[in-house]
Amino acid sequence: ERGHGPYQPHEPGYGLDQPGYSPYEDEIPDPQAQMLAIKNAKAYLLKTSTKSGLNLYDHFANILTKILDEQPTNAVDIIENISKDVKWAQFRKKMDTLRDEHLIPPTFEAAEKCKALFVKEGGEEEHEEVEEEMGQPSLPNVMETAFYFEQAGIGLNKDESYYIFLALKNLINVQPIQTCRFWGKILGLEMNYIIAEVQLREGEEEEEIEEEGEETIAEGEKELGEGEEEEEQKEKEAEPPKSTYKPPPEIPKEANGTGTNKYVYFVCNEPGKPWMKLPPVTPAQIVCARKIKKFFTGRLDAPVVTFPPFPGNEANYLRAQIARISAGTHVSPTGFYQFAEEEEEEEGADTYEENPEFEPPPVVEMVESLTMWAHHVKGILNQGRCAWINPSQKSEENEEEDEEEEEEEGEEQQEERGPPLLTVISEDEGMKDIPAWTAQASTNLIPQYSIAILQSNRWPGAYAFASGRKFENIYFGWGHKYSPESHTPALPPSAQAEFPSGPEITETVDPTVEEEMAFKVAQEEALAEAEEEEDEEGEDD
Amino acid sequence: MEALSLPAALSLVAGGGAGLSPERRAALGASLPLVQRDYRFERVWFWGCIQGVRGAYYIAEGLGPDRAAPRSRLYSLNCLDWSLLTPATKEMLALTEQVKGRFQGDPSFEYNLSEINAEAAARLIESGKEPVIKEETRLIATIEQIDRTVGIVPRGAFVKTPLGPVHENRQFEGLSLVEAKKLSSYFHFTEPVNLKNKTLLEKADLDPSIDFLDSLEHDIPRGSWSIQLEKGGTVVVLRSLLWLGLTFYHVPTTKQFGYVYFGTGEKNLDLPFML
Repeated sequence: ERGHGPYQPHEPGYGLDQPGYSPYEDEIPDPQAQMLAIKNAKAYLLKTSTKSGLNLYDHFANILTKILDEQPTNAVDIIENISKDVKWAQFRKKMDTLRDEHLIPPTFEAAEKCKALFVKEGGEEEHEEVEEEMGQPSLPNVMETAFYFEQAGIGLNKDESYYIFLALKNLINVQPIQTCRFWGKILGLEMNYIIAEVQLREGEEEEEIEEEGEETIAEGEKELGEGEEEEEQKEKEAEPPKSTYKPPPEIPKEANGTGTNKYVYFVCNEPGKPWMKLPPVTPAQIVCARKIKKFFTGRLDAPVVTFPPFPGNEANYLRAQIARISAGTHVSPTGFYQFAEEEEEEEGADTYEENPEFEPPPVVEMVESLTMWAHHVKGILNQGRCAWINPSQKSEENEEEDEEEEEEEGEEQQEERGPPLLTVISEDEGMKDIPAWTAQASTNLIPQYSIAILQSNRWPGAYAFASGRKFENIYFGWGHKYSPESHTPALPPSAQAEFPSGPEITETVDPTVEEEMAFKVAQEEALAEAEEEEDEEGEDD
Repeated sequence: MEALSLPAALSLVAGGGAGLSPERRAALGASLPLVQRDYRFERVWFWGCIQGVRGAYYIAEGLGPDRAAPRSRLYSLNCLDWSLLTPATKEMLALTEQVKGRFQGDPSFEYNLSEINAEAAARLIESGKEPVIKEETRLIATIEQIDRTVGIVPRGAFVKTPLGPVHENRQFEGLSLVEAKKLSSYFHFTEPVNLKNKTLLEKADLDPSIDFLDSLEHDIPRGSWSIQLEKGGTVVVLRSLLWLGLTFYHVPTTKQFGYVYFGTGEKNLDLPFML
């Protein structure tokens, strides 16, 4: 039964009869106690569960946030599910399943490589032993050279020059090198080439020659084996007419250390990347390189697709162009180098040595007259070599094959002679009205410190400087020769003559029907006559 | 390249081996501001250097308030005394197409036209002039051609206002590394030729304030630009293969860019054979 007084929940005053809530109580409930009670309650709610690491306070807060955000219908009926979902969401990663990959820009990798250049070589004990055995290999002073060329406005920026300096030092430590020089930089489409001109110590080169000899012997054996098989097959079938085409004899390349292969070249794409050795150059490659003009891509194994077909890939093409540029543009002040002994110059003296009595002429003279400069690299002949060789005087194997044929069938090639070593550059031919070289002084304002600069017009990008006893050559460019006319590629050769028509292969005209009948009649008559004769003879007996 | 940022820019372009000697740099640093003062240019660009057989021409360009307006060009033989060049005309361009070979280095040198092209010489004689082309004319025409065909800027560096004039975009913060490797992020800084030929679909994606120039994508022949990232991507360098010697540099994510020409001033007509 209901008592009297306000008992209904909707009526005001409900609950006021409980102790502590009566309106007649004068005492306000202790706020401190209330705060303490609230604090205790909150602390209880914030207690972290030992099992899951969640606490009730946060969980309620999350649930309420979720409900207020999403405002689902009939929230009170699905409250347990909502609570479960919120708990489950704790274990889901907060990020998208698709994340951007953290890109490591290649900048940092390149910076690492450059930094590696600066590391000082460990293993100093081995270093000292090596130095005692051989003379110390000479590291060229790249920065000094760069300074002189900078006076002419030529050269890379200082950072790059320094990286190249360090890279050369690494090269010397790794390879058995006697002398080393920074040859220059050739630009390419995708990457560039930094080139070092190097002379290896004497023992190292012989190993390569042996390896190559073995390879060629193995190939020769293979060819002989195949030749025998082909001959057997041919005996069984009728032989088609043999081609009378004989390819021109291959001109042998020059030995390592002489002529075009005097120096060995190492290239790398950027300082910090490993140095790759370029193979020696063959005359066929040089001859072909003269006929084509192609940009370098920057990858040494890229094919060179041209007509006439280049025998090799980009590494060989690069090597051939380096050889041509060196032969055409490496100059030194006249008199700096002299021949070792007074040998006959006709023999093509290959060796030169520094002239200790060289007196450097003043800069003004070096600029005004081109006779003060001389080539110190031998020019390349049309054949593709520095020293001419008669291709018909070849190895004994070829002579045996040629015994049947006359040796004089081939055109007698005239011996080619190029200008001897150490010719002055004033004798270089210009193209039309353009001289082959342009000489300038680096500055007109301060003549006592100016240096003489030479620019080549035949190979744009080849420069040389001279200042007192110092001089240097360098190349920065695309690696092509300048020609006033446009490049015209070689035309394909004319079609080969057909097999000469002689009586063996001329078709005879088939006999007509009348001719055949006449022939048949004639034959029968001849037979009949023969039988009559026999009969007559028989009757006679 | 901007005259003000010349030292830094020259070191970024030096990958090709060409640059300026300290004497010339110092001279430029002194004379270009004077040029700006005398001719009242808003900006002065050092355009580059054309190597002649006996001397070199150093070229500077001055820009007015509208950056896309025809630029005034000046040349100097020693980087100190600058002479203004007359603007290029179509006749000049047509005549100098015939002249081949290196520049001589002397601005008053005269090419004998009758050797090169008898018809043009005859026409000139009829109109009462001598059948010669002065090297100065050839210089003007060459610079104009180079600027027209291979003068480039990155996308977004310049913005076109609704009234017409073109200004530098102050919001330009540089191309990102990914964009910098694409040819489509660079524009020819001349009157656009191919823009109208784009399909409607492509035009819809363009932003008319930024994309008002031709991009490099459709240059003929394909592959006539070599893009390289130097130093692992700190600098992107574009070299033109059509005019050998033109180098454009840009440091991605910064405002630095510019192009300069160091070369002989001859078009590379062998390009199709060389690719």
